Amino acid sequence: MTLSMATPDTDIDLWLSQQTDKSLLRFLTCGSVDDGKSTLIGRLLYDSQLILDDQLASLKKESRNRTTGDEGIDFSLLVDGLAAEREQGITIDVAYRFFSTDKRKFIVADTPGHEQYTRNMATGASNAELALVLIDARKGVLTQTRRHSFILSLIGVKHVVLVINKIDLVDYDQAVFDRIEAEYRAFAAPLGFKTLAAIPVSALRGDNMLAQSKHTPWYNGPSLVPYLETIDVSEDLSAQPMRFPVQWVNRPNLDFRGFSGTVASGRVAVGEELLIAASRKPAKVARIVTMDGDLDHAIAGQAVTLVLDREVDISRGDVLTHPGETPEFSNQFQARVVWMSEESAFPGRSYLLKIGSQTVPATITDLKFRTNVNTLEQTAATKLDLNEVGTLTIATDKPIAFDPYASNALTGGFILIDRLSNATLGAGTIEFGLRRAQNLTYQSFDVNRQVRGTMKGQQPQVVWFTGLSGSGKSSIANLIEKRLTAEGRHAYILDGDNVRHGLNKDLGFTEAARVENVRRVAEVARLMADAGLVVLVSFISPFAKERQLAREIAGDIPFTEIYVDTPLEVCEARDPKGLYARARAGEIKNFTGIDSPFEPPKTPDIVLHGAISTPEELAEQLYAKLVIAP
Amino acid sequence: MTHLRALEAESIEIMREVAASFERPVMMYSIGKDSSVLLHLARKAFFPSKIPFPLLHINTTWKFHEMIAFRDRMAEQYGFDLISHTNPEGLAQGINPFDHGSSRFTDIMKTQALRQALNAGRYDAAIGGARRDEEKSRAKERVFSHRNAQHAWDPKNQRPELWRVFNTRLNPGESMRVFPISNWTELDIWTYIYSENIEIPSLYFARSRPVVQRSGTLIMIDDDRFRFEPGEKPHDDVVRFRTLGDYPLTGAIRSTADDLPSIIMEMQASRTSEREGRLIDSDSVGSMEKKKQEGYF
Repeated sequence: MTLSMATPDTDIDLWLSQQTDKSLLRFLTCGSVDDGKSTLIGRLLYDSQLILDDQLASLKKESRNRTTGDEGIDFSLLVDGLAAEREQGITIDVAYRFFSTDKRKFIVADTPGHEQYTRNMATGASNAELALVLIDARKGVLTQTRRHSFILSLIGVKHVVLVINKIDLVDYDQAVFDRIEAEYRAFAAPLGFKTLAAIPVSALRGDNMLAQSKHTPWYNGPSLVPYLETIDVSEDLSAQPMRFPVQWVNRPNLDFRGFSGTVASGRVAVGEELLIAASRKPAKVARIVTMDGDLDHAIAGQAVTLVLDREVDISRGDVLTHPGETPEFSNQFQARVVWMSEESAFPGRSYLLKIGSQTVPATITDLKFRTNVNTLEQTAATKLDLNEVGTLTIATDKPIAFDPYASNALTGGFILIDRLSNATLGAGTIEFGLRRAQNLTYQSFDVNRQVRGTMKGQQPQVVWFTGLSGSGKSSIANLIEKRLTAEGRHAYILDGDNVRHGLNKDLGFTEAARVENVRRVAEVARLMADAGLVVLVSFISPFAKERQLAREIAGDIPFTEIYVDTPLEVCEARDPKGLYARARAGEIKNFTGIDSPFEPPKTPDIVLHGAISTPEELAEQLYAKLVIAP
Repeated sequence: MTHLRALEAESIEIMREVAASFERPVMMYSIGKDSSVLLHLARKAFFPSKIPFPLLHINTTWKFHEMIAFRDRMAEQYGFDLISHTNPEGLAQGINPFDHGSSRFTDIMKTQALRQALNAGRYDAAIGGARRDEEKSRAKERVFSHRNAQHAWDPKNQRPELWRVFNTRLNPGESMRVFPISNWTELDIWTYIYSENIEIPSLYFARSRPVVQRSGTLIMIDDDRFRFEPGEKPHDDVVRFRTLGDYPLTGAIRSTADDLPSIIMEMQASRTSEREGRLIDSDSVGSMEKKKQEGYF
């Protein structure tokens, strides 16, 4: 392999066109820890003369006290980038490396071997066309070899090179090579790789990297680099049905309305009729706009702006397509998911699902089975743990446009995002859409308060405000409700005004009626919390016994008693509804604080001093103390 | 599609994703060749609309004078919204690379200044021109790289990033750094500049310039704030810069490459990496990673 080098007498345009016309191969290296992935890539960079003098100098310095090849270099140091990685001598995250030969440009994703970092390996695989699966010849096929191979097939990497590395350490023994190759081929047969080649290599010594090694006369296949330079991985995306996910609506002024995006697959031309996948509304392509001038057609991979011949309602997330070859449009599908979070996946849990430019709330409706990465055996499961792969059904809040992943990776691959932490929890590939006829069974999990709360992204609960009339209960409750709503939570206020006029309009102000009043409100609060809401009850509730009753009715629902402690004089001076005046005048009987007692709570959960702070400040204090997250 | 067209389309898609997904995006503009490519790509991404976010320049006040003039001319020519920020405390204290050393100067006038500007603008996404082929820790970074409320990067806990499905969601106070040209190499940048005829500062081209030799590199005397060490005398030399930054901290190389073709050929024959000219990287192994954890771009 030689680096393409321009010399001063080369025609620069010719040389540049050779550079830009080269094809690009994106591949990843994977396999178990210590199989020598980083060393292999370091060797590729070294052999392609991409290690520059200053890097080489620092490399040799760092290579002391480490395993080195004849060159006195620990090649793995070239690619282990993070301080923690160098300290521990392992790879944590995927690193991208670039090199090129006369024939091809390469982007290499060097992915970690440790099981705990499998998600980073999946990251590297998702944009790769080919994978080098490394095996330490001394150890053979390991669990992590199988796990990575399975994830490769899940992500849809079609071409695999089995690099049986450290062949020098088994004395270049053909029997070892043959045994490992046979074992791997047997395991990989159901994984559906299009090509699978096995090459005996020593990355450290350079055997079978650039050229046939004299140490392995029994091996007649290609060496690694020539193989990578020539393998055909092309897939003609532009021959597939057209998909144009709208990414951004381009609207510089009233005269121009375009839809910017990248053609995911297929080919689109001016004059063609398109269909919006969701609304099934048609429109014709009037222009294909780019800064370099209008195009008459665009193919898969091109980022363009489409202008249509008529006003149609299109926004980000819509998928444009040709009539007759539309994607699936459904709110239910079956998918395979690799789980990437410490927090397990359960049926009934709700997440955000992002596919293309569409983001929608989605719920796992059923976990069909988990696949054992060692044996590919499918077993029943109730949850999916970190790094596990499962097949499950998902329901989205509204229908989305998609294709099976096998036919289109860009419109069939999705991620699941935690609704609170916003972490990426899992990656999935859609197998097929579920039609109504084969509707989902919802029996696989119980719909309960926790499930409903999780769907709303909150802990259902009752927050009970007690205090004199005019103490500030309702103002604070209102502010809390606004704050919750603004943050996407679901809350509701129960107060005297919306209960007394309807549900409790048959009740007067006798002691028995007041107890019944509180009982009914407490029951309604319990039902609402059971439905998943944060219920804010703003009720004078003057008697300790009533409040105790409300707490008991709530049962296992979290119940927080807030005492809005505002002195009577302050409340009476405020008198927002003129009630104190009327009570003093004798027009209202049994008015709390005037001719009916208020029993201050002895052990309220939270006390708010209404005479000292504004409702805004009190709401702020209170909000900080409430636990809303599920 | 050629290799360069594929990279261009990928970058455009990333920029559009930022514009569509964030409330207050901003694009870092450092005036160098990568920024020039970034600006060109942003114009393409949103055409015929103007770039729908401002460009932010962290001005340490020690940039080459030509860079500032070039910056203002670009803003004028392409009508983008330019924000220039200098750390006011650093300026008041007269922080400079001569008295305070490169690492302290960089921390105050770049890292802290950047944090100030990002906080002041309440930007939830900042687009930068870093490439994965530049440096080891860059090679590990996601395209959409999450930052906590202190702008810190947690390299051990990056979000998985699959296909081109980018998780753009943030909690209050958090932000995203976005690197649309992650997958470009230095050669890609130059060939793209050449084929698209993108204007770059003339500092990249060999000219006769006044320089002094200092710790193995050539430093250009760009104004009279320069402090000579005992015995140092400026001399004229035909030099150019492979990377642009603060003039006292940016090494020039001897070169006769005075146009793009000769720069590209020189680069191909070069045996040292581009960042070598940047004095801030040479402090210690992993210094870039450490800076990034502290909020450096």
